Amino acid sequence: MMHRALIFSSLNPIYSQLSTTKASPDSAVFPKRDGAWIGPPPVFRLQNYKRTLLPPLCVASDSVANQPKMASQDEQDPRISKISSAIRVIPNFPKPGIMFQDITTLLLDTKAFRDTIDLFVERYGGKDISVVAGIEARGFIFGPPIALAIGAKFVPMRKPNKLPGEVISEEYSLEYGTDKMEMHVGAVQAGERALIIDDLIATGGTLCAAIKLLERIGAHVVECACVIELPELKGRERLGDKPLFVLVSST
Amino acid sequence: MFAAENGLKGDPRLQAISDAIRVVPHFPKQGIMFQDITTLLLDHKAFKHTIDIFVDRYRDMDISVIAGVEARGFMFGPSIALAIGAKFVPLRKPKKLPGEVISEAYELEYGTDCLEMHVGAVPAGERVIVIDDLVATGGTLSAAIRLLERVGAQVVECACVIGLPEVKGQRRLNGKPLYILVEPREIDGCC
Repeated sequence: MMHRALIFSSLNPIYSQLSTTKASPDSAVFPKRDGAWIGPPPVFRLQNYKRTLLPPLCVASDSVANQPKMASQDEQDPRISKISSAIRVIPNFPKPGIMFQDITTLLLDTKAFRDTIDLFVERYGGKDISVVAGIEARGFIFGPPIALAIGAKFVPMRKPNKLPGEVISEEYSLEYGTDKMEMHVGAVQAGERALIIDDLIATGGTLCAAIKLLERIGAHVVECACVIELPELKGRERLGDKPLFVLVSST
Repeated sequence: MFAAENGLKGDPRLQAISDAIRVVPHFPKQGIMFQDITTLLLDHKAFKHTIDIFVDRYRDMDISVIAGVEARGFMFGPSIALAIGAKFVPLRKPKKLPGEVISEAYELEYGTDCLEMHVGAVPAGERVIVIDDLVATGGTLSAAIRLLERVGAQVVECACVIGLPEVKGQRRLNGKPLYILVEPREIDGCC
């Protein structure tokens, strides 16, 4: 398996704008429609906020990874930096020490949101993918537009007791305790080619549960796709032989 | 106000949408005929029709925000927002949104629940459509309307795929127009 290592990192382009704004840590920050921030961000370290477009892992038979490149080999797609800077980081949410990657600001930036979906659609369109499985709840925001654009079904992967009718469940570990993910029986047929989508991969536990659910009914998980990866949490390794594609990598 | 009474009478897309919705009896509890839209999402054509109908309606209404109610509103709202060039704003259950939020309580059959929205997501004066998969009593949508009005936004309309009998005949909810694609499906000869 050949791994094309091309990583392009850049400093957060928003950083240069921050120093000109007055500090007011408690105000919420949302970009205006023209892309400028309307308020200062919470205090957090930006210096090492890298943005990378990770390359597809080459897999022998699976054509998704071997497709023509979107941009030239050594350049990051120009849409990536705007997507990355549209994501807001909230310190200490949901608990102290966690720098929460908030994609809601990306959804407020119509061009960046459009570009996010386009990047996934460009990668997965025409690859005979018939299922886009989205993980509750933020996977529900990105999954359906991709599914509609590539002609696939959208299948929600949900927390327990939300889906009516017959479901299959997969338990997975949390930091403390376990949780369960459910999928409808009959939503996906054996042999279907599936994409799993979520906003972010951290430890990979949730994605692994989704992979297991789909594989249990005989579907073929072609790739997992996320907007953001937190590489220090090694989720990519946890996915094992399942490829992962992300737009933005955050350390 | 149903789509069929509002320019789409006889539109075959509405029948396709209705046919794609599955009814699950006695969920989440006895007596409730649950209108399951997940089967609509499995039917690519019917799902596309659903989005197209909303997009056609809202494209030229100068809408800048689509607000979707967690979680099934998330399945419909973003596609509409992308197509008409609007922002998507999630309205969420408590403690899901990071950062500063405003909250609005609403009544359930037993007890209350809460809907939250980010501070700053919707500036005053913006024209908003609220979207959810289904409207029953209108409690959740009413809370959504109140949240948006509290920040000075203008709720132009509430849009749902399915409208239960409680709202049939009502053209407005809290004074806001209601636009619904289909009525609930019924199962023949069921319990």
